[in-house]
Amino acid sequence: MSYNLKEEMQKEGRFLGGHRMCAGCGSPIAVRTILRALNPEDHAVVCSATSCLEVSTFMYPYTSWKESFIHNAFENAAATISGVETAYNALKKRGKIDETWKFIAFGGDGGTYDIGFQSLSGAMERGHDMVYVCYDNEAYMNTGIQRSSSTPHFADTTTTPAGTVVPGKMQQKKDLTKIMVAHGIPYVAQTTFMGNFKDISEKAHKAIYTPGAAFLNVMAPCPRGWRYPSEKLMEVTKAAVDTCVWPLFEVVEGKYTLTYKPKEKKPVEEYLKMQGRFAHMFKKGNEWMIEEAQKEVDRKWEELLKLCEM
Amino acid sequence: MSHLAKDMTPDVSWKDITPGCNIYEGGTSVTVETGDWRTMKPVWDATKCKQCMLCTPVCPDMSIPVDADGKRGDFNYFFCKGCGICANVCPFNAITMVKDEK
Repeated sequence: MSYNLKEEMQKEGRFLGGHRMCAGCGSPIAVRTILRALNPEDHAVVCSATSCLEVSTFMYPYTSWKESFIHNAFENAAATISGVETAYNALKKRGKIDETWKFIAFGGDGGTYDIGFQSLSGAMERGHDMVYVCYDNEAYMNTGIQRSSSTPHFADTTTTPAGTVVPGKMQQKKDLTKIMVAHGIPYVAQTTFMGNFKDISEKAHKAIYTPGAAFLNVMAPCPRGWRYPSEKLMEVTKAAVDTCVWPLFEVVEGKYTLTYKPKEKKPVEEYLKMQGRFAHMFKKGNEWMIEEAQKEVDRKWEELLKLCEM
Repeated sequence: MSHLAKDMTPDVSWKDITPGCNIYEGGTSVTVETGDWRTMKPVWDATKCKQCMLCTPVCPDMSIPVDADGKRGDFNYFFCKGCGICANVCPFNAITMVKDEK
């Protein structure tokens, strides 16, 4: 079935307005797109780790979710949804449920890369029929922009303040997508918002309807934490993809495929200069930071190209 | 005791709220107005709009309704927080951001 934006947008929304996410936030865009990838007749149980998403969409007695929604704690979204999936299988076996239900967990990068990592790794290893979606905004935005293991090298956050002593975050970003591939699960993909949302919609559909565990890593920019004007969201994600900072690829049964190759790989400055969190890298004397960032991106990109050729 | 979200008002005591703070309906947040956060407001020019739909998936607040014919309608200002992403992605300049006078 080929992708058609018009048809996608006609589907009934499963994630509704009235949530208290900031203006221009990337994560509600990711969530509604992923839920739209469900077949209209199917239902879903959604679980969210504690995150901006959870606290702003599920304020008692208001929920923005049309589907069943569970919040448990910060560290166990994957474990919670895997328990629900197991209960569903047991009921289905006894003939107590006829409909098809799908199981989706959402977590921010803090709840996925760091705090929820053990429960995510366990659920993936057990191979539950579920999707774990990480909306990656590259820091603990909910509590005030503290660094996480997903924060990129040199980014200025409140716990890695760039100045004369530290150059922003001193470590590189953890490559979680690859760690998920190493779990040997049937579907892993990395995506973000591009143009008509074909890439993210198709990957979400595949992730949901691939039997077994699937993992989606979605870059969801945060205008507040990344310090860019909120209307520039699509320019930021496009720059991330075109500079190969955030390549779009999928891994089906261990086979890497690049789903979008930029016509011309742009220099990393194009991405960095849009965001206030990297502003110090453009100061005189800090040229080495940009050089190093470029080197890291180049190395990872070459590595990815090799994996895709294999 | 009612278990409906609309009856869970601030004067309901802890003894009468739903057990475990469960909510038994979906999508109850649609009664919450987030449009009053807005400082800039998108204005849609239907004559310039070519219905390319590129603005519809980028809205974080579900403020661009799409009808059964697959056409977008005017903004839902009840939810729109005025982030401006839609105006920025429009290839035909059919959406302009103006100061929101209240």
